Amino acid sequence: MNINVLAFGIAKDIFGASAIEVELPEAGTVTDLRSKLEEKYPRLKQLASYMIAVNDAYAADGDALQQQDEVAIIPPVSGG
Amino acid sequence: MVDIKLTEEPLDIPACVAWVMSPECGGIDVFIGTVRNATKGRAVLRLEFEAYRQMALKEMQKIAKQAMEKWPVQKVLLHHRTGTLQVGEVPVVIAVAAAHRAAAFDACRYIIDTLKQTVPIWKKEFFEDGEVWVAAHP
Repeated sequence: MNINVLAFGIAKDIFGASAIEVELPEAGTVTDLRSKLEEKYPRLKQLASYMIAVNDAYAADGDALQQQDEVAIIPPVSGG
Repeated sequence: MVDIKLTEEPLDIPACVAWVMSPECGGIDVFIGTVRNATKGRAVLRLEFEAYRQMALKEMQKIAKQAMEKWPVQKVLLHHRTGTLQVGEVPVVIAVAAAHRAAAFDACRYIIDTLKQTVPIWKKEFFEDGEVWVAAHP
């Protein structure tokens, strides 16, 4: 399945785009997505940390993804 | 009562304070974040704030709700700006009203501290010789 991944902050600079498509096996998890992204964009590993959000909420590593999910990379936040 | 806002427009501090005022509240605590002119001795020219809007609004709502559950506070206002801000401008206003001051102080501090940890808003600092996403790297 193809997952559309939104990027914000420094993740947008790393991807060179505000959204990218990532191909994952059916029922792929957040961990699978991380591995795939880090393989393609090694600079992600230099971040202090980053979270994955699914449908506007922070996701856990074991959560399964579905094609229609809204997925986003959340690099360290710095509001306020 | 909760008032959450994420906006490109300047924040109206007197209106924020007026919104939380109420006869049953004897204490109002207000936190105002401003754009500082330097980071670690480097002059800051301006900041840019970017948000994952729909998730940021949800997380802001969540924090306000948690504050109201943890402390006896009557009103919580949380406004944050996006876009370009100059030195001295105000990216965030938090106002909390409670019957007594202790709850207002504690809730206000909790809200700003938690916002800085969980709300998907990012700040980029612009210096004379470059720019950097704050907190991105260890």
